[in-house]
Amino acid sequence: MLHVSNLSVARGGMTLLSGVDFALNAGQILVLRGANGLGKTSLLRCIAGLQNPVEGQITAPETVAYSGHADGLKGQMTVLENLAFWALIYRGPSPNVALDAYDLHRLADRAAANLSAGQKRRLGLARMQVSGCGLWVMDEPTVSLDAHNVALFRAALNQHVQNGGAAVITTHIDLELASAQLLDLTRFKARGPAGSSAFAEALE
Amino acid sequence: MIQLFLRDIGLSVRSGGGFGLALIFFLIVVTLIPFALGPDQAALAVIAPGVLWLGALLACLLSLDRIFGLDFEDGTLDLLATSPLPLESVYMAKASAHWLTTGLPLSLAAPVLGVLLNLDYETGKILCLSLLLGTPALSLIGAFGASLTLGVKRGGLLLSLLVLPLYVPSLIFGAQAVRLAEQALDYDVALVLLSAISLGAAAILPFASGAALRINLR
Repeated sequence: MLHVSNLSVARGGMTLLSGVDFALNAGQILVLRGANGLGKTSLLRCIAGLQNPVEGQITAPETVAYSGHADGLKGQMTVLENLAFWALIYRGPSPNVALDAYDLHRLADRAAANLSAGQKRRLGLARMQVSGCGLWVMDEPTVSLDAHNVALFRAALNQHVQNGGAAVITTHIDLELASAQLLDLTRFKARGPAGSSAFAEALE
Repeated sequence: MIQLFLRDIGLSVRSGGGFGLALIFFLIVVTLIPFALGPDQAALAVIAPGVLWLGALLACLLSLDRIFGLDFEDGTLDLLATSPLPLESVYMAKASAHWLTTGLPLSLAAPVLGVLLNLDYETGKILCLSLLLGTPALSLIGAFGASLTLGVKRGGLLLSLLVLPLYVPSLIFGAQAVRLAEQALDYDVALVLLSAISLGAAAILPFASGAALRINLR
C-alpha cells in the first residue's frame, strides 16, 4: 500500500533524513520513533503529498487521510457539522460510526470551540474514520488524550487495519499495539554538510 | 466543492466579521463623503460613480486575508490539500463564497447609497449592474493574492500592495460605465470589458492560485 525508497526529506533547506526505506502492506501499522526535530513530521508530510521529498520515491494511494498537529476544526460549527463536512469532502461513510468509535455522541451538538483539548483531538481523530481512506498518516495522534481515550484510539486503529487499512504513526508513547512494526528513524539521520554546522564553524 | 462553498458562507455569517464588515465600511465611506465635500449636489453627482466604485473596492480588500488565513492557521488547509478535492476547486469555492458575502451585498447596497451622492435611479441601475459584473474579478484576484501571501506573518500589507494594481482595470471600466450612463452615453463597451476581466480571472487564476497554495503549504 505504501512504499518508500531511498527517501531524503528536508525542512527549511536542511536535509533531516536520508536513505529512508520501508514498505507497508494493507493490514499493517508502522510506528515511527525518533527524537524531537529528527524529521518525523516532514517525513509524514512527504507521504501525505504536502511536501516534496529532496530525493527518493514514495508510492502511496492517491488520497490518504492525514492528521497533523492541528485538527482543522471550525469552532463555530458543532461536532457533528465538523464531521459531516469532512465526510462530504471525502465522500466517506456517515459520521455516526465515527461518533460511536470515539464516544462523541454526547457532544454531537456542542460547538467545537467549547471542547477541551482532548475532546478536540478525539474529533480530529474521528475525522480519519469519515475519510474512508485506506492509508492513515498520523502525526502524534495521542497528544492530550487520556488513557481511556488512547484505548478508544487503539480500538479504532485495530478495527481499521482489520478492515484492510494501514497506518503510519509517529508517537512518543507506547501504544501497546500487538500488530505494529516499530521503525526508529535515528539511523536515517542525515549526515554531512548541514546548514547549522556550517554556521557553527563560521562562528568559531 | 459545493460543501466547502456552503461551509464558508455559513462560517462567514455565523462569525459576523466577514459578512458585515465590508458592508459597514462601504456605508461609512459613502455617507461621510457628502459631509466632507459640502452640499454641492452637482459636484456630488460628478464624483458619485468614482466614489461608489472605490468604496466597494476598498471594502472588498478588508476581508481578503481571511479567505485562506483562517483555514491555514487551524490546519484545515493542510487537510483540504490532502483530501480528494483539488486545490483549484478549493480556490474557486472560497473566492465564490467571498463574492457572495461581500461583492453581492455591496452591489445591492450601492444604488441605495448612491442616493446620498445625488445619483439618479437609472444610473443607479447601471451602477448595480457594473458592480455585479465587476466584483467577481475583485474576489477572484483578491483570493489569488491571499494564496500568494499565505503563511506570511501579518501579510495584509503585502496582500494589499500586490492586489491593488490588479484591481485598477476593473475600477477604470466600472467607474467609466457608470459615468457614461450618467451622461446618457453608450456604456456597453465598458461593461463588456468589465465582464471580460471577471471571466478571464475565473479562467486563469484557479491554476495560478492552486500552484501558489501548493508551494506555500510545503
